[in-house]
Amino acid sequence: MSATFMGMPAFPEAARAATGDAQLRHNLRKATRTIRDKRAAVVEELDDWAGLRAAGAAIKNRTLRHLDTYLERLEEAVTAAGGTVHWAADAAEANAVVTDLVRATGHDEVVKVKSMATQEIELNEALAEAGITAYETDLAELIVQLGDDTPSHILVPAIHRNRSEIREIFRAKMAEWGVPAPDGLTDDPRALAEAARTHLREKFLTTRVAVSGANFAVADTGTMVVLESEGNGRMCLTLPETLISVVGIEKIVPTWADLEVFLQLLPRSSTGERMNPYTSTWTGVTPGDGPQEFHLVLLDNGRTDTLADQVGRQALRCIRCSACLNICPVYERTGGHAYGSVYPGPIGAILTPQLRGTASEIDASLPYASSLCGACYEVCPVAIDIPEVLVHLRERVTEGGGHAAERTAMAAAGWVLEDRRRLTLAQRAAAKARGLVPRRLPGPGAAWTDTRDVPDIPAESFRDQWRRRESGAPGRNERKKRGGRR
Amino acid sequence: MRIALFITCVNDTLFPRTGWAVVRLLERLGHEVVFPEAQTCCGQMHYNTGYRREAQRLAVGFVRTFADADVVLAPSGSCAGMVRDNYPRLGEPGSRLEAAVAEVAPRVLDLSELLVDVLEVTDVGAYFPHTVTYHPTCHGLRLLRLGDRPQRLLRAVRGLELVELEGAAECCGFGGTFAVKNAAVSAAMGSDKARHVAHTGAEVLCAVDNSCLMHIGGTLSRQRAGVQVLHLAEILASTEEEPASP
Amino acid sequence: MSASREHVLARVRAALADVPRDEKPEDVTVPDDYARSHDQGEPIGLLVDRLEDYKAVVHRVGAADLPAAVASAMAWRNTHRVVVPADLPADWTSQTATRTVAGDELDIDELDAVDGVITGCAVAIAETGTIVLDGGAGQGRRAVTLIPDYHLCVVRADQVVAGVPEAVARLDPRRPLTWISGPSATSDIELDRVEGVHGPRTLEVIIVE
Repeated sequence: MSATFMGMPAFPEAARAATGDAQLRHNLRKATRTIRDKRAAVVEELDDWAGLRAAGAAIKNRTLRHLDTYLERLEEAVTAAGGTVHWAADAAEANAVVTDLVRATGHDEVVKVKSMATQEIELNEALAEAGITAYETDLAELIVQLGDDTPSHILVPAIHRNRSEIREIFRAKMAEWGVPAPDGLTDDPRALAEAARTHLREKFLTTRVAVSGANFAVADTGTMVVLESEGNGRMCLTLPETLISVVGIEKIVPTWADLEVFLQLLPRSSTGERMNPYTSTWTGVTPGDGPQEFHLVLLDNGRTDTLADQVGRQALRCIRCSACLNICPVYERTGGHAYGSVYPGPIGAILTPQLRGTASEIDASLPYASSLCGACYEVCPVAIDIPEVLVHLRERVTEGGGHAAERTAMAAAGWVLEDRRRLTLAQRAAAKARGLVPRRLPGPGAAWTDTRDVPDIPAESFRDQWRRRESGAPGRNERKKRGGRR
Repeated sequence: MRIALFITCVNDTLFPRTGWAVVRLLERLGHEVVFPEAQTCCGQMHYNTGYRREAQRLAVGFVRTFADADVVLAPSGSCAGMVRDNYPRLGEPGSRLEAAVAEVAPRVLDLSELLVDVLEVTDVGAYFPHTVTYHPTCHGLRLLRLGDRPQRLLRAVRGLELVELEGAAECCGFGGTFAVKNAAVSAAMGSDKARHVAHTGAEVLCAVDNSCLMHIGGTLSRQRAGVQVLHLAEILASTEEEPASP
Repeated sequence: MSASREHVLARVRAALADVPRDEKPEDVTVPDDYARSHDQGEPIGLLVDRLEDYKAVVHRVGAADLPAAVASAMAWRNTHRVVVPADLPADWTSQTATRTVAGDELDIDELDAVDGVITGCAVAIAETGTIVLDGGAGQGRRAVTLIPDYHLCVVRADQVVAGVPEAVARLDPRRPLTWISGPSATSDIELDRVEGVHGPRTLEVIIVE
């Protein structure tokens, strides 16, 4: 993936810039806290949440461990129901398949339902090169598209924009794409939503080809499932003549009945609602109702590499709810752009380096974009142990030869810490130099002392004091009432 | 009871007084504290930064040192969490390390677990006439699942007034090498935590981990907030005769 | 195309080299001891509560009063022309003065010109305040309930289930399904919820007991 995100600075640098942006911090704080509280309230409502979560994780594990079986089953069911299945090993293949399918219809415009998979493969850019215009129809995606911007959140891609910024984007850009923004447009969210309705209605009623993703693909029935709120999804999935769905191979659930788990887990975890306003399911084509041509494009694009890693594999359980973003103290302060990928936040920090590898600077920095506080794991509806995978990927980065200076320092620290005699000597040396520690440290230490004071180093380590006590000699610090200031 | 103290390398080097507070407290309660001198470090920093082999070597040292202990007290939530939660991932399946970890790890406890669950005491006879707020560190909260054990211990301290901390469950931003690798984000998180602490009006911020306290305390000190930080052990060790200084 | 198929499947199989050859999908156990419903109250009362929480307008009537309730809703909305599925029970609209047009005959632009739509449903879920349409009796094709700006939906008491699992079990996945939980909405601007974007901006529900 990713021409758009190429040349991104590594996470720490992008994050530093983001933490200095007061407007961004304010927007993010307000948005993540609102949604966090809503989620907590509706999850609290279900007394068996832990059981649902365990079931969700297990269903996905079953799928992943037997993915070849389920992919073939899905293909068979979709084909039997009148759909056509295509396979794409990478972004280029998927984009070529979709481009050819659109061309075959004779149309040069498509309406799109918000889809992470098509963002990941940068389908819109590929279609544009082929002379096909893709219209994003989710309100937030529209804001991102009109603003020539990139999404910064899985569920609320324009979370970094506030209402007045959105009004400016609508006023400046809507006319270029179709129906212009009304005169006197205010920054009231109602007015902005109304402007989007008018702008997009023309597209919905006239465009003959739609592109979507899917939240779930049911292997035994061939059913696709899309959850949404605005009705743009229903419009795209119902009115056009041709529907093309690009779906990652990990989106499968084995049976229709399995949806009883995910249709409870996903809405409550993502928007903090008991149920999202609209969910559409369809199986192949239905005569007289909806698109009469349906194509399913099954996308690999790095997923099999992820699947091959027995620790990292669990990241493919992700149902893209974004609860981990909303709870993450790091995401709250940096926003999504710092992660340099369409998958930001904790899930992005483990998914992106697996899909793309850890060769680039940004990808190698992502596993470190976390304090390992564990809040993401706690809210994940499919129990992805994100901290475990982060640490696992850090091992991959260090073993891949990255971080040479750190590697040396860590090896040296390990050598000292492995042996109590060496540790004792190091502690005594530090204690001797204690008077020399400046208030502001030079070099890498400055990262600490820029904002924090360092603790005073005591005259004697605990182990030296203990040895003194055991040998009966009075210690220098032992049982002194006042320890050093921290 | 005979309790083996795993002081942890950070406490050993920078906060020996926390170690002595533990010793005073447990001896006061009538227990014996031993200090196996071969101990060094649990390997958390190496493990969390991606240096698995170094962490494995330190884990081997740890399980060897504490093989015979009935109970190991680690006055650091994150080090106890490292042993209990991460050591099982360090040994290869079927290895000696894996077997040794399965033996030793469940016996490694944080101070509040030792007191409440094993020694079955919440009133440890402490006296600390100050206003205190409690930061339930991430590893204490989410790895060890300490629940309200520390708060129950604090509430039983004579003279102590415990006040609520807003956003208590949120990470302070320390995160080991995270504090240096992502210094800007770490500082932003620490600054928000310090602001919440200052808002409580408490004289003392308490936690079960000196690493987090070093980060929050360093921020509070730089901001001249006038709030001191103390490890739980120091408050629980405090008596009228030997008071801990806020 | 089929080269890609074989390529992807081969990669999947190679990635799963650690999975024992004789392991079957069913060998991966899935706990099923979660609740089928959550004792959150009497289902119809709960459904009303949840729907109103989504800002839907809700009425409860006896079977005999349904035609009057439909007429009253039509009058209140001041509708002149609404679309109905061809097989909507005729007595539902027997008392309204509003003209009804059979949906099967209208194209997209004509649907865009009516004042609303009246349908039945397949299932309603109390705990989540969800109405599910499956294109069956009295529901019409999907476009009919999508394009008009006002949707009046009639729910029979025997169509109400407590929780999501019961609904999934009742529904036929081969039919195109639309799960509706309140009117169309967005929270994309500063997480402020705005009801009414592209789908019907008003959802009115009559529950027949």
